[in-house]
Amino acid sequence: MSGHAENDPILKITGLTKSFGPVKALRGVDFELRRGEIHAIAGENGAGKSTLMNIIDGIHRPDGGSMLLDGKPVSITSPAMAQQLGIGFVHQEIALCPDVSVAENIFMSVTNTTRSLLMDYATLERKAGEILGQLGDIDPSVLVRTLSISQQQLVEIAKALTLDCRVLILDEPTAALTEREAQILFGIMRKLASQGISIIYISHRMVEIFQNCDRVTVLRDGQYIATKNVAETTPGEVVSAMVGRVIDNLYPAKLGDNERSDEIILDVRNLTERTRFRDISFQLRKGEILGLAGLIGAGRSEIVKGICRLEGEVTGEVRLHGQPLQIAHYGDSISEGIVYLSEDRKGDGLFLDMSIASNVAALSVEQVASRLGIIDEQRETAQAELLGSRLNLKCAHVGQPVSALSGGNQQKVAIAKMLSVNPKVIFLDEPTRGVDVGAKAEIHRILRDLARGGVGIIVISSELPELIGVCDRVLVVREGRISGEVSGDEMTEDRIMYLASIGEERALAS
Amino acid sequence: MTSIATPSAKVRPASVGLMGGVKQLLRMRETGLILIILALFIAMSFASPYFLTWNNLRAMAMAFAVEGIVVVGMTILLISGGIDLSVGSVTALAMVIAGLLFLNGVDPWIASGIAIAACTAIGAGMGFFVTRVGLHHFIVSLAVMVIARGLCLLGTGGRPLGLYTLPPEFKFIGQGSIGVIPVVIIIFVVVVVVFDFLLRRTTIFRKVFYTGSNEKAAAYSGIRTKKVVFLTTTLCSALCGVAGIIYMARFGSAQPTFGIGMELNVIAAAVIGGASLSGGSGTIFGAILGTILLSVVSSSLALLDVSVYWQDIIRGSILLTAVTIDHYLNKRRG
Repeated sequence: MSGHAENDPILKITGLTKSFGPVKALRGVDFELRRGEIHAIAGENGAGKSTLMNIIDGIHRPDGGSMLLDGKPVSITSPAMAQQLGIGFVHQEIALCPDVSVAENIFMSVTNTTRSLLMDYATLERKAGEILGQLGDIDPSVLVRTLSISQQQLVEIAKALTLDCRVLILDEPTAALTEREAQILFGIMRKLASQGISIIYISHRMVEIFQNCDRVTVLRDGQYIATKNVAETTPGEVVSAMVGRVIDNLYPAKLGDNERSDEIILDVRNLTERTRFRDISFQLRKGEILGLAGLIGAGRSEIVKGICRLEGEVTGEVRLHGQPLQIAHYGDSISEGIVYLSEDRKGDGLFLDMSIASNVAALSVEQVASRLGIIDEQRETAQAELLGSRLNLKCAHVGQPVSALSGGNQQKVAIAKMLSVNPKVIFLDEPTRGVDVGAKAEIHRILRDLARGGVGIIVISSELPELIGVCDRVLVVREGRISGEVSGDEMTEDRIMYLASIGEERALAS
Repeated sequence: MTSIATPSAKVRPASVGLMGGVKQLLRMRETGLILIILALFIAMSFASPYFLTWNNLRAMAMAFAVEGIVVVGMTILLISGGIDLSVGSVTALAMVIAGLLFLNGVDPWIASGIAIAACTAIGAGMGFFVTRVGLHHFIVSLAVMVIARGLCLLGTGGRPLGLYTLPPEFKFIGQGSIGVIPVVIIIFVVVVVVFDFLLRRTTIFRKVFYTGSNEKAAAYSGIRTKKVVFLTTTLCSALCGVAGIIYMARFGSAQPTFGIGMELNVIAAAVIGGASLSGGSGTIFGAILGTILLSVVSSSLALLDVSVYWQDIIRGSILLTAVTIDHYLNKRRG
C-alpha cells in the first residue's frame, strides 16, 4: 500500500515494559510502524493500548525496552517533545477550550510559540478554514461550545493535522462520528498515508480496521500477541487473538419463528415533542429485542427519554400491557417499570465514587429499606450480590467503589441498577460503548435472556453490526420521525443507512 | 465476596483489596483526627496547668457544642453539593427575632418557635433561588448573609438586647446542667447522634449522597434532585435557628453582631472532617471531630497567651494542611 522507497520502519519499539505500582501494564511489547502505513492496534480494555500510546507520546516513561524513531534511539519525555519529533496524538476525549473560536483552538500550539504579541485572527481563520475544508463544514470563527460532539472531534483531528507530523496516533476517532463523517476521515487518513505519514489507528470496530488499515497489531494483558497484514487475516482471528479464546457467538441466537408472540408490551401512539420528534408510533412485542437506528442527532435517545419523561415536553399516548400510562416524572416511570440505561455511563449513569451496592440500589433505595425508611445494609449488599452474580460481574466485593471496575463491569453495574426494580421495559442507549469484546458478547446474551423472560428491550446503537446482530426488528429514525422499519433478511447496513440518511419516501420512489 | 468472581474471571490486581485500602484511608482520617486531638491534649496538659481542669474542658465543650449543631447542617448541605455562607448572620437573626418578640411581651418559647420558623423560611427562600431560579449557592447565601446581618442591625439599632427577665426555665437550656453535664452538650449530642444515624441509614439522606455524588446520575435514577437540595438548604438554616436560640438562652441577651466569620469556622470543620466541597462525601462524626480540633486549638492558643491575630493565621493554616492532605489521599484513591 505504501509504495514508499525506504523500507526501514519509522518507529520500532522492542521489549517495552511499564508498571504502575503492582500492575504490569506492558510486559515486553514489540511494535513496528512502517512509513505511510495505517496500522491498527487492537486489544480489549486494559490490554495496554493506551499505555503504549502514552509512552510514544511522552506522557509516561517506560521502565524498560527501546524505541527507535527513524532508526535513532529516542527517549520521549513530554508531549511537547513528541510534537517536535513529529508525533501527533488525537485523544479519545475531547480537550478543546469551549469558549474560544475553532481557529484559535486549532492553532493553540502555534499561538503558544509565536513571537508576535498580537493575534492575527484573519490569518488564523483563513488557515483553519483551509484545513477544515477537507474535513467538513465547520466555520472556523465560531466558538467551540456551539459545535456538536462529532464536529468537535473533527476539530481535534484538524488540530493534529496542523502539526506537520510524521506519525499520527488516532485513538478511537470515530466513536462520536456519524457514518458519513467517519468515511470522510478514512479518506483523509488514506491521503495522509499516501503522502508518507504513518498512522496508528486504535479502534474497537473490526469493520473499520478491515476496511481501512494495512496491518493490525494485537495486544492482550500487556503482552504483544501478533502483527498481521489485514489482507491475510479475518476479523474472527483478530477477535480471538484479542480475547485469547475463540468467541464463537458474539451475538446470541435470535427469536425463532415459533417463539414470536402477538402480545404487546409497549404501545406508543403519536408521540410528539415540541422540537425533537413528531408522530412516533410503534409497538414492542413480548420476547423481541427492538432496535432504534439513526444518525447522531436524529432523535433516537430523545424519543425513549421522552417516553419515560426524563426530558422534553411530550404529548401522545403510551400504553404498557394495554394500560394507558400517566407519567409526570421519571420517578413515576421507574415505579411503572420503565427504565432507561444512559449512553454516558460515567457522566450520568453511575455514581463513580460510591460503592457497587449503593449504585445498584439507587433506582429504589426504598426496596432495601424498612417501612420507616431505614436502609438495611445486608439487604442492600445481598441485592447487589444476587444481581452481580446473575450478570457475571467481576469484582472483589460489592463494597468496592464503581470507579475501580473496568468499563465492561461498570456497564454491568449500570444494568444491575436497572434490573433492581424488576423492570417491564428497558431502554438501553449504546449499551456496549467502551466495553471490550468479551463483555460485549456477555451483555448481548443478558439482553436476550431478559427478552426471553418477558422484559421488553429497546436498544439504541450507533454500531450497525450490533443492531443487526442483536435485534429482531429495527426502527430507523431520521430527523425526528420514523423513516422505516426493517427485520429479517432486510436488516442490512446498507438498508438501514439508506433509511437513516435518505428516508423512506425517496426509497420508495427510486 | 469472592463468590462473585467466577473461574473465568481475569484477575485484575488493581482492584483486589482496593476497598480494604479505601476503608483504611477513611478510618485513617477519623483515627488521625482523634490522634491529633489526643496529642494536643497531652501536650497542653504539660504546657498549661489550667488546660485539664474541669472548668476549662467544660468551657471548651460549651464553645463547640452550639456551633457543632450548625456544623451538622453545613455538612449535610455540603454532601448534597451546596454551601451556605449565611450561617453566622442567620444564627444572629434567630436571636434578634426571638429577643425582640420577648421584649414585646411574647412568651419566650413561642418567640423561639417563631424565630426558628423564620430561619427555616430564609433557608427555603435560598433553596428557591438555587433550585427554581438556578443561581449558585455561593452567591445566594452571600446575599442572604449580608441581608440577614442588616436585618439584625436594623432591628436592634446595632446594640445588644439585654434579656434580663428571661425565665430561669428558659435560661436552663443554655446555662443549666443535668448532673454534671451541661444541657447544651446534651442537646448537641442528641442532634449529632440523630443526624449521624439518619445520614448513614435512611433512604431520604441516601438521596442526599446520590445527589451530591453525581446530580445528573441521581436525576437519571428518578431522584428529584432539586427537592433534595431544597431540603438540605432549608435544614441548614433551620439548625442555625436552633443554635441561635441556644446562644440566646446561654448569653441571656441577643447580639446582632454575633457569628461574624462563623461560616469559615463551620465550613473548615466540615472539610477537615472529610466533607468535600464538590459534594457526595462527608460524615457527621468526622465533621464533629473537625469542630473539636479547631476548638481545642483556639482554646490552647488562648491559654498560651498567643495573640488573637496569630490564632486566625494558625486556624487558616490547619485548614489548608487538612485540605492538602485530603487532596493527595483522594488522588491516590482515584
